[in-house]
Amino acid sequence: MAVVTFDRVSKYFHRHAGQMLLRDRVRHLLQPSPPERFYALRGVSFAVEHGESLGIVGSNGAGKSTLLNVATGVSLPSEGTVAVQGRLAALLELGSGFHPDLTGAENVRINAALLGLSRAKVRRRFDGIVEFSGIGDFIDEPLRTYSAGMMMRLAFSVAINVEPDVLIVDEVLGVGDQNFFAKCFEKILEFRRAGRTILCVSHALETLENLCERGLWLDRGQVVKAGPIGEVIQAYQETPAAALQGTATGQ
Amino acid sequence: MGDCTVSILPDGMALDVLPIMWHGDSLYLLENLILKDFRIRYRNMSLGVLWSLLNPLVMMGVLTFVFTKIFSNPGTQNFPVFVLCGLVPFSFFSIAWITGTTSIVDNTSLVKRVPLPREIVPIASVFSNCIHLLVQILLLLCAVLLFGRGVNRQWIWLPVVWALEVVFVCGMVLITATLNVYIRDTRYIVESANTVLFWLVPIFYSFDKIPARYKEVYQLNPVAALVLCLRHILLQAEAPPTSTLVRLTLVSLAALATGLLVFRHGKPGFYEHI
Repeated sequence: MAVVTFDRVSKYFHRHAGQMLLRDRVRHLLQPSPPERFYALRGVSFAVEHGESLGIVGSNGAGKSTLLNVATGVSLPSEGTVAVQGRLAALLELGSGFHPDLTGAENVRINAALLGLSRAKVRRRFDGIVEFSGIGDFIDEPLRTYSAGMMMRLAFSVAINVEPDVLIVDEVLGVGDQNFFAKCFEKILEFRRAGRTILCVSHALETLENLCERGLWLDRGQVVKAGPIGEVIQAYQETPAAALQGTATGQ
Repeated sequence: MGDCTVSILPDGMALDVLPIMWHGDSLYLLENLILKDFRIRYRNMSLGVLWSLLNPLVMMGVLTFVFTKIFSNPGTQNFPVFVLCGLVPFSFFSIAWITGTTSIVDNTSLVKRVPLPREIVPIASVFSNCIHLLVQILLLLCAVLLFGRGVNRQWIWLPVVWALEVVFVCGMVLITATLNVYIRDTRYIVESANTVLFWLVPIFYSFDKIPARYKEVYQLNPVAALVLCLRHILLQAEAPPTSTLVRLTLVSLAALATGLLVFRHGKPGFYEHI
């Protein structure tokens, strides 16, 4: 049974969607211009089975983050269907959802609630989260006194302790020291052994290769190659970006 | 484990529902977001909650000075309490409306990253203002007792009329928070509307002074209706007029229903527009 299924999913943005002032609205009303679409994803199909982990590679702007956002449901696909079973947990982007004026403990509770934990579960898991993060006494200090690494450790600790059915890791493993990285890595592998699903985006190809069994290579919103992670990464590394120009824009 | 599917209508229009991929505890999240707002606002203030008292007290002093010493106002007794009955509901309404209007745009990181039920964001901002409101209501009740008006059994109406105002604010906030995502000027329109409202709500004049033909319209404004009810309850020890209560209830519920509808319709596009 597939946990995450994308069926011919496209996501486009209108180029003028960013202009949100009344002035722009009125001008647009007076001089209607045809909507210019920018495709962030185009006809993407894949399925991730129960217990599988999928690593997504691609250059900047290839649509990796858009794909994850469509999977979590914060963004709707423009075309096609997305089906997800179970509880997803995104590893929040570094610092998002965190507030610098609140203490680490307060931020942990807010973040856990955001990721869907109930009061009873937060109470039960709170000590585990703090212990895993290794933040120690700093947990009662305001977050603005934390280093980037400490913040990432806290964010990771919360997300992994939510025990989601699908864990989404978006490029956050880059921060943090070697020790903590090893700890996270071990935790993710344990998570995988428990038969849960992982979607992972990273430019650290070696990490991806160790973490995932399947790979998906995106370029300009389209799937270039899907298959076993080793093959996908090899193809990705061997192909210079310029060689793709024709295939991606030609369709 | 729910099965969540997003379908697409034949003409390419997306259904105006977001897939419910968030299976969390909405009440616990709401509580956390309310406390977050509240803590952030007060952590950097040495006087803390006392700031909630300072603003209405200063306004009460100024308005009392102007409307008893400059414009004489012989018809109204206990002018300070009288004016406070208008100020407390008005200042709650205006602050809650403004902060709620910008709440979605202010919480971009949440709205763009977490698939939470998005209604929670503006609602939480209204409720975090309710904490200030509680402090100000206590101030109002103290002022009432201080000026020699005792507790009377009509006070049981107080929770009802305040709750109706909160319902009304939630409705208004859901509407303007949605509009503000698509047209960023909305917040300035809301600010101007609040300035106008200060004069159109009977804060420093009594309802009796309003010409008869405007009275009906006046009572359709829930903030004005609430002020009217408060004065009946607190100053005259009377039950609020039934016709006012009925209007207050109907308009507040209609505002909430409209708000939920507008928000539901607007939220699928939030991601692209903020």
